Amino acid sequence: MKKPRLVVVGNGMAGIRTLEELLKLVPDMYDITVFGAEPHPNYNRILLSPVLAGEQAFEDIVLNPLEWYADNGIRLHLGKQVVRIDRVHRKVVADDGTEAEYDRLLLATGSMPFILPIPGKDLQGVIGYRDIHDTQAMIEAARVKKHAVVIGGGLLGLEAANGLKLRGMDVTVVHLAGWLLERQLDPVAAQLLQKSLAERGLGFRLNTSTTEIIGNDAGEAVGVRFSDGTELPADLVVMAVGIRPNATLAQEAGIHCDRGVVVNDTLQTYDPRVYAVGECANHRGIAYGLVAPLFEQAKICANHLAQYGIGIYKGSVSSTKLKVTGIDLFSAGNFMGGEGCEDIVLSDPAGGVYKRLVVQGDRLVGACLYGDTEDGGWYLKLLKDATPIDDRRDQLIFGETALGEAGTSGQSRAATMADGDEVCGCNGVCKGTIVKAISEQGLFTVDEVKKQTKAASSCGSCTGLVEQILMNCLGSNFQETPKTKAVCGCTSHTHAEVRQAIREHRLLSHAQAYAFMEWRTPNGCATCRPAINYYLVSTWPHEAVDDPQSRLVNERVHANIQKDGTYSVVPQMKGGVTNPSELRRIADVADKFAIPMVKVTGGQRIDLLGVKKEDLVEVWKDLGMKSGHAYGKSIRTVKTCVGSEFCRFGTQNSTQMGIDLETMLANMWSPHKVKLAVSGCPRNCAESGIKDVGIIAVDSGWEIHVGGNGGIKTEVARFLCKVRNADEVKEYTGAFLQLYREEAYYLDRTVHYIERVGLDYVKQRVVEDATNRRALFERLLYALEGLPDPWAERIAGSRRREYEPLRIDARLVAVEG
Amino acid sequence: MARHTGWIRICVLDDIPALGARVLAQDGGTDIALFRTADDRVFAVADRCPHKGGPLSQGLVAGDTVTCPLHNWTIGLESGEACAPDVGCVRRYPVRMEGDEVWLSMAAPA
Ligand code: SRM
Ligand SMILES: Cc1cc2nc3c(=O)[nH]c(=O)nc-3n(C[C@H](O)[C@H](O)[C@H](O)COP(=O)(O)OP(=O)(O)OC[C@H]3O[C@@H](n4cnc5c(N)ncnc54)[C@H](O)[C@@H]3O)c2cc1C
Ligand code: SF4
Ligand code: FES
Repeated sequence: MKKPRLVVVGNGMAGIRTLEELLKLVPDMYDITVFGAEPHPNYNRILLSPVLAGEQAFEDIVLNPLEWYADNGIRLHLGKQVVRIDRVHRKVVADDGTEAEYDRLLLATGSMPFILPIPGKDLQGVIGYRDIHDTQAMIEAARVKKHAVVIGGGLLGLEAANGLKLRGMDVTVVHLAGWLLERQLDPVAAQLLQKSLAERGLGFRLNTSTTEIIGNDAGEAVGVRFSDGTELPADLVVMAVGIRPNATLAQEAGIHCDRGVVVNDTLQTYDPRVYAVGECANHRGIAYGLVAPLFEQAKICANHLAQYGIGIYKGSVSSTKLKVTGIDLFSAGNFMGGEGCEDIVLSDPAGGVYKRLVVQGDRLVGACLYGDTEDGGWYLKLLKDATPIDDRRDQLIFGETALGEAGTSGQSRAATMADGDEVCGCNGVCKGTIVKAISEQGLFTVDEVKKQTKAASSCGSCTGLVEQILMNCLGSNFQETPKTKAVCGCTSHTHAEVRQAIREHRLLSHAQAYAFMEWRTPNGCATCRPAINYYLVSTWPHEAVDDPQSRLVNERVHANIQKDGTYSVVPQMKGGVTNPSELRRIADVADKFAIPMVKVTGGQRIDLLGVKKEDLVEVWKDLGMKSGHAYGKSIRTVKTCVGSEFCRFGTQNSTQMGIDLETMLANMWSPHKVKLAVSGCPRNCAESGIKDVGIIAVDSGWEIHVGGNGGIKTEVARFLCKVRNADEVKEYTGAFLQLYREEAYYLDRTVHYIERVGLDYVKQRVVEDATNRRALFERLLYALEGLPDPWAERIAGSRRREYEPLRIDARLVAVEG
Repeated sequence: MARHTGWIRICVLDDIPALGARVLAQDGGTDIALFRTADDRVFAVADRCPHKGGPLSQGLVAGDTVTCPLHNWTIGLESGEACAPDVGCVRRYPVRMEGDEVWLSMAAPA
């Protein structure tokens, strides 16, 4: 039987989301055709602002690549605008004559920027802000033009203005109302916003209407004139004064329209074969201009198209945010209050924080937050659910945590959210859904949560919240492997089980490990392979196979990959000590290879950044220095201070101690990176307090501290013991690190390891049990014995081809006619 | 032996490490990454991650996917497509084996 035909007009966010929802319900029901006036597949229109600001590229914001259409058997007509609906013959006609017959028609034509009907509106250089074409036009303009005037101080206008400013233009925002974002903010909040935008260099003309755009003989805009007669130079004018639902097509076809295509609660128009969703639709008198309501519409419309007939759309309460990096504002509901309403206000202009809640009776009806928007989601929920707030009224303004409702006051916001609370406004995803996905499907990255739940996949402003939820579910190292869970999707074994199997069954290679533990994939994945590799080489030094293909790029090529695909080179500089000859060689190398940046690192040594991969081996050779392992899960640096040799407070030679330790630990692989520091006295200039092993000299010897971390979450190192001399420092340090190397799970720093086993256990193994300490220390020295400096090996020619690109030899091109 | 216009001999299989990659430099254009799987299949795609242009050739190869070294997008080598949740697609080039020789066609994407 022939499938019914569904034609979609408008290849944008609402139309395609409807198709996605539909395909989820009934993958094969319709023969689908899509018309899109733009020459691109569906992209995330919301993210045009980050594209304009230079934070993302167009490729980053494509939602459905062409393959998606093909895979779902959708006929796609790109760059074709539908110009007529023939309701009698049930077909649509595009501007190039293409026709498509339908049994059901979905209109998703979005909206158009409203262009002020003033003289000069058609001049070159006057544009709206709607699609990627407009965005590219602005990016182009910013390259060659200087003065931009943005008409309209709403969300779109401000995002445009911010982007143009970041691209180097001189920008003035002209706004008719007395304050910015008058539909989202009250005057006080708007003033705070204006102040921080002005600090970024934006100019403002409020209470001002534009009467004319002035052009030159070539028909290009050169300025704007205002109602008070004043003028501003402008070679780019962006009109962002509002949008109009794009309903012409429907109207001309005789479908009832009134500020949009009028639809009922099932998103059906007055023609029962025709549906409409998105910004072109008018539902109960409202045409929405944000994605969250459109996605709700899409879901319900799909349900009816699938002939399930369940669900009615009752309209949405939505909230808004401004996507200007570094500025937080939130508003929802009736934030201006009015008769019968009371305001609760918290205002700290100096601190840049302002909150206003509008209460009517015992309900919250509006909220407007600036500077601290953490509780926005919570207020939105109180508002949507019309929760009575009498009992907490005096605490309301301080936010959810202040209430201590869940008995967890003081913790992060994610912890206090209830399962039913919404995290992602765009896609309507609640905390409970995310938590469930994390625990049931073993997710541990934001990306995985995005994939499984769609949370954080649209405007991205809830990414932080999603991270917090992950963190709460997985402990403090949420990005790392969840320790009690399976290593990854390739196996159901935990890290502990894998370590144990490798040790007890003397597994010496990846193949053996995967076979013995019945891995589900033939050769693991990017998560488990590096972990297995570490477990193999640390458990069976000199015996297990160290597989370069199972190391991530940095450890494979012995340099740190940069965002543009070049590498950084950090030579070893033990204890932070160098000499004129090394410095001269560094300088020569930087000159010879035109190295774009030479930087002193936070680890007391020098970084050569932006080296091409093909040059690495030559750079190392010319440097004549050893690898600093700045790229590895390995020993990094031993920072030192000047110590007793020079410093008037120094009690021991901390510099030499550091050099000795770095010498001893050279080339050591470890579960995560390992950093040490040695300070000459408790003033602690080498920052020993936040190192994996921090040593502090005192008059009578050396104190050893372990488990410090200066990174993502700063942790102060804890006192392990005090020793008398340098040899003991080496033995205790070595023993502790070997214990960590043998027992920690891959990607655990020392602090995480100690958290798991307890400091007492570590003390017992390293401090109290001398025999065990010496055994550990010996095992470390054995593992390190004879380990080559990887740079020297590469200079000598090993794994050359890793660094050499293939080139096509012209003679080998065989051409056959 | 007859060969189609546009097929070029690139290297022999052993020039590419198993579960690894080599870069085919393209002066003035996007480099091409050649991957070899554990079972000796060879794939070629543009050496530019659809996310932010990371060099896919530097990624970790597992099964018939590669994980980008910059932000861990995983790309299917056969389809050129990013695995969910990521969306994006990288250009593929047809590869043909002649004995142990690797031949590639740059005429049209596969
Ligand atoms: C070069 C350097 C910054 C600088 O210019 O000063 C640096 C650069 C990077 N750090 Fe760092 N870190 C540098 C000192 C530090 C320090 C300070 C220190 O070592 O005293 C810290 C805090 C101390 C600590 O680790 O406890 C630090 C904490 C981190 C972290 C967080 C680690 C954690 O466990 O919380 C990461 C992320 C990671 O390792 O997963 C990181 C990761 C990175 C990476 C490797 C990011 C990456 O994966 O590409 C950066 C490489 C940039 C590049 O493109 O080459 N970097 N990083 C410093 C190199 C020091 C050196 O000589 O080896
Ligand atoms: C710069 C910018 C920033 C934004 N920021 C946010 C934000 O932070 N949060 C938020 O919630 N929303 C934001 N929005 C709004 C959001 O993008 C829109 O609400 C959403 O895209 C509307 O979806 P839609 O499918 O109705 O329309 P669109 O996504 O505009 O899709 C309509 C498509 O139909 C095509 N079309 C129209 N007529 C025809 C025809 N006759 N034939 C063929 N094709 C046709 C159009 O070319 C267009 O591609 C922003 C919008 C812009 C422009
Ligand atoms: S703090 Fe470290 S990881 Fe972050 S940008 Fe700087 S160098 Fe990179
Ligand atoms: S560039 Fe490849 S994952 Fe970001």
